[in-house]
Amino acid sequence: MTAVTAVTAVTAPLDVDALRADFPILGRTVRDGKPLVYLDSGATSQRPTQVLDAERAFLSEHNAAVHRGAHQLAEEATDAYESARARVAAFVGATPGELVFTKNATEGINLVAYAMGNAATAGPEAARFVLGPGDEIVTTEMEHHANLVPWQQLAQRTGATLRWLGVTDDGRLDLSTLDEVVNARTKVLAFTHQSNVLGTVNPVEPLVARAREVGALVVLDACQSVPHSVVDFHALDVDFAVFSAHKMLGPYGLGVLYGRRELLAAMPPFLTGGSMIEMVEMARSTFAAPPQRFEAGTPMTSQAVALGAAVDYLTAVGMDRVAAHEHLLTVAALDGLAEIPGIRVIGPVDGHARGGAVSFVVDGIHPHDVGQVLDDQGVAVRVGHHCAWPLHRRLGVPASVRASFYVYNDLRDVDAFLAGVREARRFFGVA
Amino acid sequence: MQLQQMYQEIILDHYKNPHGRGLRDPFDTESFQVNPTCGDEVTLRVRLDGDAVADVSYDGQGCSISQASTSVLTDLVVGRPVAEAMVKLDAFVELMHGRGTVEPDEDVLEDGIAFAGVAKYPARVKCALLGWMAFKDAVTRARTEGGPA
Repeated sequence: MTAVTAVTAVTAPLDVDALRADFPILGRTVRDGKPLVYLDSGATSQRPTQVLDAERAFLSEHNAAVHRGAHQLAEEATDAYESARARVAAFVGATPGELVFTKNATEGINLVAYAMGNAATAGPEAARFVLGPGDEIVTTEMEHHANLVPWQQLAQRTGATLRWLGVTDDGRLDLSTLDEVVNARTKVLAFTHQSNVLGTVNPVEPLVARAREVGALVVLDACQSVPHSVVDFHALDVDFAVFSAHKMLGPYGLGVLYGRRELLAAMPPFLTGGSMIEMVEMARSTFAAPPQRFEAGTPMTSQAVALGAAVDYLTAVGMDRVAAHEHLLTVAALDGLAEIPGIRVIGPVDGHARGGAVSFVVDGIHPHDVGQVLDDQGVAVRVGHHCAWPLHRRLGVPASVRASFYVYNDLRDVDAFLAGVREARRFFGVA
Repeated sequence: MQLQQMYQEIILDHYKNPHGRGLRDPFDTESFQVNPTCGDEVTLRVRLDGDAVADVSYDGQGCSISQASTSVLTDLVVGRPVAEAMVKLDAFVELMHGRGTVEPDEDVLEDGIAFAGVAKYPARVKCALLGWMAFKDAVTRARTEGGPA
């Protein structure tokens, strides 16, 4: 159903010009004829025609409700949906039964948090998810709000205590307090694989090791790692993980929750209703096995098919090459920013253990104003706190400018970005 | 280059040399407003004297647009009758929500007409209105509560 033609011709290193031809939007201009330089893939990625075509092909040729009906279209739609699940699972080192499709990654984290909140009134098999006063939930100061607010709320509902690991001045996780913060009372350790602001790639291994020592569940926010690098959830040995289709060349309206098989099997549902039941009587119901138990209602079928196509596309490019390419761009951007006076990069200033989100502030110019000048040059960046307000507070800045790179960006984009930053300094008279 | 349309000299002047900045006593009410998309914030105090705006003082952090528009606000409303200040507020809000189609009245908005270009950028309209919304909130509460918050 999916043709990945353009990229199969690409040979190492990445032929970005050939690849860009797959992304029609990159050919447009903005702000009075400026070529678009899209550096906001950390917020959402652009989609190649292969992904758009896959969704359209599904809807024009195979569309029907999945997991019900005995007609041919229902079979084809179910096959397409479950085939997408299998390919996405293989992409992240999981088995199909361990992947739950959700509305977005935020819902995936909420699913786990609410399921834990529901555990107290579920059966004995859910006992390990029960939280109460005296228990602790640990997150970090560099989280996206999506991996913080649901845990704040769970703590409030259950009487558990929320704690967090701090961030060092150079934008790394402060592990010096790990053994104290993650302790025998810790029931959940939730942290980001790669910061959406700092670019920092967190060391999963020691965090998981400490969680295992104390019997805490590990929830990994992989929204910024899965699209940009080789990620294997089994190898990382995390209990839950989430990522988002639209940040990895896929569609809106679809997130993915990974859960270790035995945990999903024991976890009570979050949303209930159709499609997730085993048997329903007027007064009570029993629930389907995972992943269906966590997919109440008609699923995001054509979106899952499109994500399958996105995963095919990325696999054909090669995730190791995607990572290498973005590393090159990131180092070029960091080196270029280092040559401009009055720039403070928020996060690691070298390419070690960091991904392609480069956030910074410019002395004397508010990030909004820097972003406005860049926009005037056709360069699309993110400004604000990037849904990581506590992190910005910790680093002593109200907001920042973020450039984020993806597979379709090239060094010309980095040059345009650096020229825009210089122009902002000139325009506001701080150069 | 559309940039100059947004960043009029008047705006940059107010940004670099803001009028009325700094929180002052006495005051009747204080309003704290924050733009949740970017974290910009303003704390603004109002003191009324009968039907007149006796003083507006403020502090905060934000972009050039939010800081300059709050500076312009103080020029426009301090020493004026509350009713006249509200007319100016309505005119400024209408201008900012006009997507560039509203012709501003200089007699009413004075330096405020410089923000006409900002109205063409929907993402920046909230910035321009941050201080004005704080003023509206503070005045409304001063008139209903009638005393210090």
